[in-house]
Amino acid sequence: MTATRTATPWVLSAPAVALFVCLLLVPLGLTAILSFNAFDHATGVKNEFTLAHYAAVLSDEYYYGIFWRTFWIAGLTTLICLAIGAPEAYVLSRMGNPWRSVFLLVVLAPLLVSVVVRAFGWSMLLGPQGVVNDILRGVGLEPMRILYTETAVVIALVHVMLPFMVIPVWTSLQKLDAGVENAALSLNASQFTALRRIVLPQVLPGVLSGSLIVFGLSASAFAIPGLLGGRRLKMVATVVYDEYLHELNWPLGATIALLLLLANLAVMLSYNRVVEGRYKKSLG
Amino acid sequence: MSKNGPLSLAFNALVIAFMLAPLLIVCIVAFTPENTLTIPTTHLSLRWFEAVFKHPDFVQSFWNSVWLALSSATLATLIAVPAGLAITRYAFAGRDGLNALFLSPLIIPHLVLGVALLRLFSLIGATGSFFWLVLAHTVIVTPYVMRLVVAAAAGFDRSCEQAALSLGASNFTVFRRITLPMILPGVTGGWLLAFINSFDEVTMSIFVTAPSTVTLPVRMYMYATESIDPLMAAASALMVAFTAAVMVVLDRLYGLDRILVGSK
Repeated sequence: MTATRTATPWVLSAPAVALFVCLLLVPLGLTAILSFNAFDHATGVKNEFTLAHYAAVLSDEYYYGIFWRTFWIAGLTTLICLAIGAPEAYVLSRMGNPWRSVFLLVVLAPLLVSVVVRAFGWSMLLGPQGVVNDILRGVGLEPMRILYTETAVVIALVHVMLPFMVIPVWTSLQKLDAGVENAALSLNASQFTALRRIVLPQVLPGVLSGSLIVFGLSASAFAIPGLLGGRRLKMVATVVYDEYLHELNWPLGATIALLLLLANLAVMLSYNRVVEGRYKKSLG
Repeated sequence: MSKNGPLSLAFNALVIAFMLAPLLIVCIVAFTPENTLTIPTTHLSLRWFEAVFKHPDFVQSFWNSVWLALSSATLATLIAVPAGLAITRYAFAGRDGLNALFLSPLIIPHLVLGVALLRLFSLIGATGSFFWLVLAHTVIVTPYVMRLVVAAAAGFDRSCEQAALSLGASNFTVFRRITLPMILPGVTGGWLLAFINSFDEVTMSIFVTAPSTVTLPVRMYMYATESIDPLMAAASALMVAFTAAVMVVLDRLYGLDRILVGSK
């Protein structure tokens, strides 16, 4: 690749740039402006500058509750994905083919199935007459109310997000030199020590990038809380949807959506910085 | 290669069961002869599949989704191939910025994109327009094509191109006869990945579709929030079958593990 001053790269990317400016940057800008516009239930959006929507969201306990719930559900989902996804990637990487490819495919392929289908599948499994409660009844336990609770949302989110955790961990495991682990074992390290001292530090970057993706996607998930959280259990995305399509208060909806975007970016950037700093230090 | 212990294998079995459970239950219940969401016990029935095919809204939404996915995947490929080549072939000021811009729809929540596009569409009077819906979907599926094009174009030997150029071939001929055939697996893989992502997309679409342009996932979402009957299971089973068919093609053309994991 040579440094160039010609216009060629810009000509080549011009159509894509035009599309992304018109349908990504401009709409985001318009939404930012909209969040500062006054709103009246009778007349709609007014062309006046106001901070009222930000003040409303940032001072109202109702919205605090929703943001708090959204972030702890996203955090819990991330922890569970970590606890399941990282060991699963490790177990898969130690398998021989063809099982390794088959199981990897089974874990990752649901990524390509629409999230609506997967949410619906979970609503059938977790419902009052669902398979899970049938099993509970079968072993003589009390059936549980799972559907339309936070538990249902977290279970389905873990199902949707698990591939996003397995992929980066798997990728960093592939780069691992098996010789180092074997060397540790041959020097009398226990299996656990080898895992903790050799494997874990090297897959840490994968684990961390997986956690970030899972957290970001969970915090903004819409279809899962919409279908499995029911009407009462609101998360940020479903509140934005209500403001836009039921309350028709677009400026307030825009404010919440932008705060979600900012909160997401802030978490990602700060987490990234802390983790990268620590990681660099530990590598010397 | 070290072996997994019985505990690891049991763990793996549980994870696999967890991943398959919701998809299996959908496909089993879809064959129920009853009027409620129950696992068929006496016999299998196709009546709910028949009901889906006779439901005008579902049929219309299915075709909306197919045309939308075909158009947006094609458009995304047409703009992502030249842009991807520009990013891999030239070092220019703003290159990293462009790359970040093109990949940003992967990071920005679809909810935010939906809200933003709804605002744009209502201002320019484009709500309910299929054309603008295609453009909106093109934005969210372009990163998928871009990544595979960049991966294909970054790792290839450029001596063939230089040979053709030195023999007097025009730039366009070099692209058509040499570059394109060499990156073709990446391009077709990217197109299919874009197709399936557009076909599945629900969060952004729910904001920017009008009754006449409702896509199948949006239709199913709305149907599921109002009524729950085996029609939804049959539609879901058809979605699973459709996705599986696309995955088989994807596997033949590009290699599914390569697409999903991103490594060679």
